[in-house]
Amino acid sequence: MSVAIDDVDPPVDGTSKPGRRKRVLSTGQATSRSLSSQPGRIIVYVLMFMWTVPTFGILVSSFRSEIDVKTSGWWKWFTDPSITLENYRRVLSSAPGDDNMAKFFMNSLIITIPSVILSVGIALLASYAFSWMKFKGRDWIFVAVVALLMVPLQMALVPLLQLFTGGAHIGTVTIFPDLSLTGTYIGVWIAHVAFGLPFCIFILKNFVSALPKELIEAARVDGAGHGTTFVKLVVPLSVPAIASLGIFQFMWIWNDYLIALIFAGRDKAPVTMKLAQVAGERGNAWHLLTAAGMVSMVLPIMVFFALQRYFVRGLLAGAVKG
Amino acid sequence: MGDLISAIVTVTIAIGGLLAFLGGLYWLTSKVPKKWQEGVRSWVFLLPAMVAMIIGLLIPTIRTIYLSLLDDNGDKFVGFDNYSDVFTTTGTRLTVFNSMTWVFVGTVFTTIVGLAVARFADGMRGEKAAKSAIFIPGAISLVGAGIIWKFVYDGPPFEVGLLNSITKNIPGLPASMGGDGDRIWLLERGFGGADPPASLPGFNTFLLIIIFIWASAGFATVIFSAAIKGVPDSLIEAAKVDGATDRQAFYKVTMPYIRSTIVTVATTITIGGLKAFDIVAATTGGRFGTSTIANEFFVTKFVQGRGGLGSALAVVIFILVIPVVVMNRQAQKRAEEMMGA
Repeated sequence: MSVAIDDVDPPVDGTSKPGRRKRVLSTGQATSRSLSSQPGRIIVYVLMFMWTVPTFGILVSSFRSEIDVKTSGWWKWFTDPSITLENYRRVLSSAPGDDNMAKFFMNSLIITIPSVILSVGIALLASYAFSWMKFKGRDWIFVAVVALLMVPLQMALVPLLQLFTGGAHIGTVTIFPDLSLTGTYIGVWIAHVAFGLPFCIFILKNFVSALPKELIEAARVDGAGHGTTFVKLVVPLSVPAIASLGIFQFMWIWNDYLIALIFAGRDKAPVTMKLAQVAGERGNAWHLLTAAGMVSMVLPIMVFFALQRYFVRGLLAGAVKG
Repeated sequence: MGDLISAIVTVTIAIGGLLAFLGGLYWLTSKVPKKWQEGVRSWVFLLPAMVAMIIGLLIPTIRTIYLSLLDDNGDKFVGFDNYSDVFTTTGTRLTVFNSMTWVFVGTVFTTIVGLAVARFADGMRGEKAAKSAIFIPGAISLVGAGIIWKFVYDGPPFEVGLLNSITKNIPGLPASMGGDGDRIWLLERGFGGADPPASLPGFNTFLLIIIFIWASAGFATVIFSAAIKGVPDSLIEAAKVDGATDRQAFYKVTMPYIRSTIVTVATTITIGGLKAFDIVAATTGGRFGTSTIANEFFVTKFVQGRGGLGSALAVVIFILVIPVVVMNRQAQKRAEEMMGA
């Protein structure tokens, strides 16, 4: 388990503000830095405890039998330990009446991976244009994109849903056909890509425009067109930013609930939506809720631990300018 | 499995088709006179992003503003009636109060927890473990967070609630505050006799905000931690040489230095609080006086089918976000001037 939250590199956008410099080790630092007094340490330990216990509770509960879960709190497990995988078997099973979480886990993957690839890829193309190409109104259009960052997605949900279910018409003239996209993966992908693009462009433009000018210009002088420069130079150089943003988007889309609720429908629902359904419709099935909850969390937690460095870098880049 | 295969095929066709289409367009631009070539090519690069954002975000946003001025069926122009409904109806007005509570309480406490962990864990043994422990909830979906906390707040008939088992053991606590271990925390608005009027946030709203703080503190910690480590050692050392204690050095040197970071984090959390939906939907569904504007938007539009009022609620969220972003910009500018940057 590589836990490395503290030693993050500068944010991917390349604006190395003095406030974000990597800490330089120097002698005498240990004494001048030791802000962690005794009461300070106790505060941290208390917070750590409070922040861990709820998750730990559901983890322990997920391995207890139905009777145990319903009749005694999970902390009783310590005095009366017993482990069963029955809850997991039930939630993953596709037998009628069971929750078939395996299917919804797969749905989450099918929703998330293409949405991430498309949003990051399309944003990278646009970032290149905003950074290295000259066209009329470039700065204004970029400002408009940044302004779209402010728009809460609630503003766009209803009309987009109407567009997916009925198309768009002026009088009797159809300007956008009725594609019946609700309840399909395509509809969910489009929604995620459209809603995620302003953020992705904002982050990637910061990075791409900070690439060394000499490098891009040298390629241009050597006769490379914009297409070649983009594919052969900008894409490979942007890999760190793509990785950070990609992981960030992955977590964001995997954990999304609202977009799925509106566009996915029951059959294509991701795990978050299924989990909320289990909670709402089987109010008494506490033992199943624990295992279903763990199934929905296992992947983002693994991604967090395995790719923490990139993920944190993405967070920092996103927070630099808000 | 059929789903998976058809999804893979669809994605491959979609991405392949998009690339082929853009490649074709790009090739066509070589026929364009040199003078305009760069401009035309730029639009090939921008095309997919612009189409997606205009169809998926810009036009829908404008349309929502328009719909908010129509009645619930979208037939008749009613001016600002939907907006006055939001603020004069007790139910929706409460959601506005609740959202404000989310914003203030959530932002203040998330910032404090984030700063505390970032400051006190800095350089201590087990710093990485501490920060990971605080961060893990941030990797979990807010729906998952809501489910996890159901196991803290639950009451009879099942014995799963952690909070009740704690309050039960506090001597002298009245039953209304969980003294008998049987309180159903999320479902009761008040505390004993202090049941708030229907127009004010109830206690259970604070219980939901705790979940929000729990889920967002990791984000704040990570950002503050990076900022604190960026404060030049020389500044801290100079303060120490002048006789400042750790505490004074933190408040007089570190805090001003990372001011713009604090503003940024507070802005992000504020906007998150304004959009609070997942936690509410996954725990109470907005009942028992816990609804927020974002939850009310969903219920109004997608459960009750009231288009006009629902759109007005969405616009209210938008209008509340704007001053937060503007204030953030101004505070950033001031902070930059202060730092001489």
